[in-house]
Amino acid sequence: MTASTVFLWFFGGLIPLAAMAFWLARGKALGEAAAGKRLHSLPSFHGWYAVVWLAVPAIGSAVLFSLLHLLHIVDVPGPMLLATAFALGSAGLWLALRHIHAGFRARQAVEKVMRGMLFIAATISVLTTIGIVLSVIFESVRFFQVISFWDFITGTKWQPDTAFLIGAGRDTEGVAPPLFGSVPIFAGTFMITAIAMAVAVPVGLFAAIYMSEYASHSARNKLKPMLEILAGIPTVVYGFFAAITISPLIVQIAHAFGLEAAYTNALAPGLIMGVMIIPFVSSLSDDVIKAVPQSLRDGSLALGTTKAETIRHIVLPAAMPGIVSAFLLAISRAIGETMIVVMAAGLRPNLTMNPLEGMTTVTVKIVEALTGDQEFDSAFTLAAFALGLVLLIITLILNIVSTVVVRKFKQRYE
Amino acid sequence: MSDASKSNALRADLRADKRKRRRARADMRFKWYGLTALGLAMLFLVFFFVDIISKGLPAFQQAEILVQVSYSESVKSNYNRAVDKRYRKLISRSWLRTIPMQLEEHPDMIGTTAEQWVLADYRVDQFLKGHEGHKLKKKYQKLVRQLQEEGKVRLAFNSGFFSNGDSKLPENAGILASAVGSVLVLLLTMLFAVPVGVMTAIYLEEFAPDNRFTQLIEVNINNLAAIPSILYGLLGLAIFINFMGVPRSSALAGGLTLALMTLPIIIIATRAALRAVPESIREAAYGLGASSLQTVWHHVLPLAMPGILTGSIIGLAQAMGETAPLLIVGMMAYIPEAPHSILAATTVLPAQVYTWSGESIRAFEERTAAGIMVLLAVLLSLNALAIRLRNRSEQTW
Amino acid sequence: MATDMKNKLTIRGLKLWYGDFEALHGIDLDILAGKVTAFIGPSGCGKSTFLRCLNRMNDRIAGCRVEGDVLLEGNDIYAPDVDVVQLRTHIGMVFQKPNPFPKSIYENIAYAPRIHGMVQDGPDMDELVETALRKASIWDEVKDKLQQPGTALSGGQQQRLCIARTIAVQPDVILMDEPCSALDPIATAKIEELMDELKQEYTIVIVTHNMQQAARASDYTAYFYLGDLIEYGETSQIFTAPSNQRTEDYITGRFG
Repeated sequence: MTASTVFLWFFGGLIPLAAMAFWLARGKALGEAAAGKRLHSLPSFHGWYAVVWLAVPAIGSAVLFSLLHLLHIVDVPGPMLLATAFALGSAGLWLALRHIHAGFRARQAVEKVMRGMLFIAATISVLTTIGIVLSVIFESVRFFQVISFWDFITGTKWQPDTAFLIGAGRDTEGVAPPLFGSVPIFAGTFMITAIAMAVAVPVGLFAAIYMSEYASHSARNKLKPMLEILAGIPTVVYGFFAAITISPLIVQIAHAFGLEAAYTNALAPGLIMGVMIIPFVSSLSDDVIKAVPQSLRDGSLALGTTKAETIRHIVLPAAMPGIVSAFLLAISRAIGETMIVVMAAGLRPNLTMNPLEGMTTVTVKIVEALTGDQEFDSAFTLAAFALGLVLLIITLILNIVSTVVVRKFKQRYE
Repeated sequence: MSDASKSNALRADLRADKRKRRRARADMRFKWYGLTALGLAMLFLVFFFVDIISKGLPAFQQAEILVQVSYSESVKSNYNRAVDKRYRKLISRSWLRTIPMQLEEHPDMIGTTAEQWVLADYRVDQFLKGHEGHKLKKKYQKLVRQLQEEGKVRLAFNSGFFSNGDSKLPENAGILASAVGSVLVLLLTMLFAVPVGVMTAIYLEEFAPDNRFTQLIEVNINNLAAIPSILYGLLGLAIFINFMGVPRSSALAGGLTLALMTLPIIIIATRAALRAVPESIREAAYGLGASSLQTVWHHVLPLAMPGILTGSIIGLAQAMGETAPLLIVGMMAYIPEAPHSILAATTVLPAQVYTWSGESIRAFEERTAAGIMVLLAVLLSLNALAIRLRNRSEQTW
Repeated sequence: MATDMKNKLTIRGLKLWYGDFEALHGIDLDILAGKVTAFIGPSGCGKSTFLRCLNRMNDRIAGCRVEGDVLLEGNDIYAPDVDVVQLRTHIGMVFQKPNPFPKSIYENIAYAPRIHGMVQDGPDMDELVETALRKASIWDEVKDKLQQPGTALSGGQQQRLCIARTIAVQPDVILMDEPCSALDPIATAKIEELMDELKQEYTIVIVTHNMQQAARASDYTAYFYLGDLIEYGETSQIFTAPSNQRTEDYITGRFG
């Protein structure tokens, strides 16, 4: 029996059983009511009570068996799993039916279970984080068993081509050892991020200033959704646009100035990524600029200053912490952005300051390592997880710092 | 100083002099910076849409050729014999290939001939559309021109783009398989993310005690929303595929991965919607002796529903456009047929756009742009729907 | 008219609309130079709105329209060629809630003179800051902590800092919009004392809902009701022998 057939049989059996449990218990409660006793809970709560007593042991045992199977501890055959689960469920149902009488507090019991379910749902988000952290760390540790952490962090050469030999257990004598120096990859990431910020910060900030300080209410309501379209365009579309339209354009323009530009130059993905982040910067900045109290603006204007002077000397300095945290979030967006760079940036790690040359990024390398035909266990694929770990740490730090800064800022004006 | 001269000095001071004019100009300039920034963003949008549409629009038409097709017995073993040798290179192999199958199904066609419009080769198509790099040989160019004069070549609506799956032949490649894949993946995403997300939000807003664990969950959700999507791909690969044994490239793997990514968006939107429900409603329900769950289920949730729906649609739109984590869980496979199960290899629209954009044949470029147009049309309507829902719900209270 | 009883501000037929709503119905008023003039009246009577007309702070409010004349020493401040920014250097304003900028005490004062190019940074600026703080009677309290943020001061000190900030621009008129409503009695007394000193140099207009304050601190009082100026005269006369029944009802606390 395959996993999916067991799955189908399990739910195919559980759902009719649950319906039966509901009707049995509800019927019994209704019978008590017909006998003239006053029910404490509505009859349907008795029904649900029975369903819970059926489903919890059945699902619980099935999950337990599946876990045992996944962790390779015990392998329980499908039919046995089904038999055990349904037997436990039926036993639960039998117990539940015995509980039911007029004074029984079925509602409290059912609500307790419901709360429990809500709580379990809430823990899934925590489990997701733990899952991301564990999956990245687990594979990274395996990577660092082969490659030294120090070489990874400080090495300036990324030449993993011979790594698969180690993975395949082949003789590696006479072959150049694979090099996993991540410096050029991070340099490329920061270069493209810097270009993106150079676009997104001025445009986003000035757009936010205009919308919060100058635009009328109705103009603002039209402009904001227009800007948000930029954030709604999928990154794969931006990637296509950067690679097919912008990159050749940049090559032509550079050529006109007598400069040599690669088709995988860092400028194209950087510029487009900047455009993508504009609404991100503008809406966050807009929020904090609006949070600056009106009384400060009045105070400044009453001293005979112009609107621009008030904004520059009073409003922006007051909003600065919030604006900075918006920038930090934008940076973390840019660093983690994948599709634009996968499609428009290069594959070759290149340590250079020239944005017209091709360079690669962390996310490109992760995609490259995990979408090829490589063995999953080779150092080449594991390197993706090591890069992912660094990416995770950077984004988490940026996010936490910006959250703290924004909270401090909001407290000041509340 | 006399009163009169003082008054004159004041009058002069109230008028604009050089310094004041400079400051006034600086003031205007500042306003113009803002307008320029907005203008640049709008200009980009216009340039972007014009570029994509002008690239993608031709793909909605496809070249067809009117030829004599003879369905003889021998065609069954060699489909090339169905048409005149002269025209064979002009006709799509993907169409010729289907002839033996057609004859299997309709044996009564054997021995007949028919003059019919058939799908042309992509080189003919690109040549007719005047695209550079069509790679049609000189002698065929002449032939096509001649056929064109005889009215035997036409550009017709490209229905195949919507009814075919992926193909290595550009003229036969369509978005059906990836569109079905997208629907399948998104259904799974919503099936998982919406209930769990809404339940989490209800727990945090209505029931959670104010303790360390609750704070942990809250901090955690904020951080989840900021984690780059590609890391969700790593999670999907390590947990769902390698640990739990979900088949690689399957809709299930993609759907689960996207569900985890969408979860924080839905949680945050739902919490905002729940918080917007006035406390007086809850007090009224409690006052009538409703339990806390009954209060939430009967009163709070229905009022918060528009907000929850808006959040879910926005989450859905984001999941629909997402590509990076799906590449990691293997959803960039070559999928010519629509998937029939959630465990079968599947691709989605953005991943199809990605694979087409990497094809070396130029004819794929217009298909990529056309695929983007379809994707953008769906996403923009989803977002417009979300905005309308939000505006309507804001009006009600 | 004697020179010491000269009009600083002359208001004739001033009407103001917020959209379709007429908030002021034609006000005529002379504000005398070197005096403290108080505007009193129940909430919503238009006294603050009127005050904000005098340095055109209402320009900022969308849909707000003004008709009539406001003359500063004979110059119409609503004339099309008047620079509203420059106008406000002549007519300063202190607000209901102290609103020091989130900068140092020194920078709070130096900000406007620097923008207006009155003095260069350096000893001249230091002197100007000290003079302004002295005139606002707050110098002794802050002279050792000029680099600390202005927001760290107490409410009363913040309000005097705001007054010092206004003085630093050397205006002719200082408008005060309920400057003591957010302060405790001791801080209020200090501000009232300060107004008495400042009227040597400046013309002061103050909006207050505190009857005693108007009686104590002002030379002239104007009573507003529902967008009309009901009565205007010397404070001693208004508070002892008002000629209008509504004024008497209000100041004796029968309503309002």
